[in-house]
Amino acid sequence: MNEQADIIFTDEQAQLLEIAETFTADKSPMDAVRRQLEADDAIEAGLWRQIADLGWLGIAIPEEYGGSGLGLGEVVTIVEPMGRKLFSSPLISTTLAAQMILLGGSDEQKSQWLPQLAGGTVAALAVTEAHGDWDLSNLTCAAERKDGNLVLSGGKTFVTDAMLADLFLVSVSLDGEPALVIVEAANLGPGALRREIVIDESRRSHALNLNGLSVPMDNLLPAANLHRLHLAACLLYAAEMCGGMAGVINVTLDYLTTRRQFDHFIGAYQALKHPMVDALVGLEQARSQLYHAATVFDMAEGRGEVAVRMAKAQAADAFAFASDRAIQFHGAFGFTHECDAQLYRRRALWCEQQYGDGAHHRKHLAGLLLD
Amino acid sequence: MNISASELDEFRAEAAAWFSANKPADPGFLLPQSFMEVGTDAQFEFLRAWQNKVYAAGYLGLAWPAEFGGGGKDQVFQDIATAEMVRQNVPFMTNTIGLSWAGPLILNMGTEAQKQAYIKRILSAEDIWCQGFSEPDHGSDLGNAQLRATRDGDEFVLNGSKIWTSLGAYADYIILLARTDTQTNTKYEGLSYFLAPMKIEGVDPAPIKKLTGEHGFTQTFFNDARISESCLIGAEGAGWQVAMKTLTFERAVSGGQAGGVHSMPVSAWEVVQLARQAMRDGRPAIEDPLVRDQLVGFLMEERGMALNNSRAKIPGLIAERPASIALSRKLVGSEWRRRLNQFAVTLQGANASRYVGDGAVMDRGRWQRGYFNAFSGTIGGGTSQIQKNIVGERVLGLPKQD
Repeated sequence: MNEQADIIFTDEQAQLLEIAETFTADKSPMDAVRRQLEADDAIEAGLWRQIADLGWLGIAIPEEYGGSGLGLGEVVTIVEPMGRKLFSSPLISTTLAAQMILLGGSDEQKSQWLPQLAGGTVAALAVTEAHGDWDLSNLTCAAERKDGNLVLSGGKTFVTDAMLADLFLVSVSLDGEPALVIVEAANLGPGALRREIVIDESRRSHALNLNGLSVPMDNLLPAANLHRLHLAACLLYAAEMCGGMAGVINVTLDYLTTRRQFDHFIGAYQALKHPMVDALVGLEQARSQLYHAATVFDMAEGRGEVAVRMAKAQAADAFAFASDRAIQFHGAFGFTHECDAQLYRRRALWCEQQYGDGAHHRKHLAGLLLD
Repeated sequence: MNISASELDEFRAEAAAWFSANKPADPGFLLPQSFMEVGTDAQFEFLRAWQNKVYAAGYLGLAWPAEFGGGGKDQVFQDIATAEMVRQNVPFMTNTIGLSWAGPLILNMGTEAQKQAYIKRILSAEDIWCQGFSEPDHGSDLGNAQLRATRDGDEFVLNGSKIWTSLGAYADYIILLARTDTQTNTKYEGLSYFLAPMKIEGVDPAPIKKLTGEHGFTQTFFNDARISESCLIGAEGAGWQVAMKTLTFERAVSGGQAGGVHSMPVSAWEVVQLARQAMRDGRPAIEDPLVRDQLVGFLMEERGMALNNSRAKIPGLIAERPASIALSRKLVGSEWRRRLNQFAVTLQGANASRYVGDGAVMDRGRWQRGYFNAFSGTIGGGTSQIQKNIVGERVLGLPKQD
């Protein structure tokens, strides 16, 4: 496990990163972020259309299905700048759903759904349950075969962007094994979705009630790799967190270099300066872990898993620190909703608590590295 | 110079075979981790003999000019030999000041006579070099050097003292920053730089006992020590410029540092091994969940530092703050090393209370001694607190405290 650790950064990645930085800076200034907090959806339909037109939803989808044929390592370079500007969109869930269909779907499912997903159809992930366990195979939701259909039962939580979604990728237990089922929005009965109030106000999250829902057998993915889904989600969340960390550090630096107290800019005080260096050091390590994970994600399972778990753990802890200190270092202003620091802190908590926090991933890393 | 890949492969294989066959056997005592930690005659003689052997075999100073004792080859050969030393974890080259600072300086701006006199003997470790920059009252503020060098005909008379002189008790020569003129406009203008002999009348290196209990360096006293004006390197009064030049050799491509490994790396994987031997509640400590969590944390940081080095070479991934990784490297690495050693000490349970020299101490006490020595990294060359000021001001753009 002590292999040479390197980062490979391709020209495609460099171009995507640059374009995404420009795009998000233009489309997601802080007043737009705040306006969107009050809106029904996390993102305006027109903006989502532009993202689809840029081809970003098909980055990791093969060309034969209407994508660019690149990988999640390239998607990372889109998600990171989005995180920096607190951009909120179904890009992560749509990308992950496409990856699951690509890896475990039938030819018919791929042909039907992948071109649509590459083109802007929104997919939501319904893989978390009320118990809040990060183990995606801990399933109380079930599917039973009946008259050529699958009858679903149970409930899902933290289904983001559900109101925009045309399809849901739902994890259930079938014959005692984890399975993934495609549920089309059109099949949901009234009241199947219930809005959840979540800590990150830039997200739109719903609970999904599956009871009484019946879908054709054809909607079952022939293979479901929830482990892979978990790791892919961790990679993209690590990217979002690295972006958020860079954003909140800059927000804090702006304040430390303009606010004066006791005859000095407060950033001159070492009590504030030194923890900012700690935050920077945390960011640098997190970005390095992120782009290493992006480099090796598609390689042998063990190596990719170590890299991704390290990236998620490092980003979660470092973003928590940077955003927590951001509130504190804004003083009384930091206590207000008007101060942007809390937006990042809420984002950090969401990202940390979805798909496992630092301690959780270190526990799994211990098994991978020490045994 | 056109070098074929096969030529390099051949050289790499030769070097690998030589180091494998000639790597010294366990000397029976705990070796230091770098030249700054050499504390006993036995350690010193062992390391001097090892460097001499490596040089004689043709794996040191490969890119230095052949006419002065170097290998006269392209830098790539030295890089291969150095990488092989690291890979095989052989003891370090102890004449670090000579190989990395004095040698490159002499090659760069020394006289023909100085090159003939010193270069080969630096490589062979026949002459050991030390550094005389810091003074007791001035820490790392080099421009404030007060040691006097008073001209007397074609000689200079030295008075004052230098401190933290690593290998001071063994050194034959010292690169010395001294004040030749006290009547200048700025403190920088009156300094001169000397290649001065150590083993002469009036030079008295007094060992300083470190917190480890060992003698690691000296305070070096100069009492009317007389040296020839031929010891000057650079012009009289141009010492500051020469000192600054000395600091630039670190990453020179050719005609730079002589190469070779200069400190023994420490890895969290070694602490993983220690955790298999230490005990908790009747089981190996590596099975303790809290120990496991900490071990993984150190392994992550170790990899994070390596990955930082990889990312630092990719302009597209350091665009916002290009100097960030480079300027924080010393801070991050030295603090990690201190915490890792500290953890390795406490990992030993009750046996953490033993120390170097005790017959039952784990790993010969390297972690206990390593923890104390790790403070040289977090204090020397600007403390971690100063480093945080530097990074905060130069990288993050925060204001200085006036």
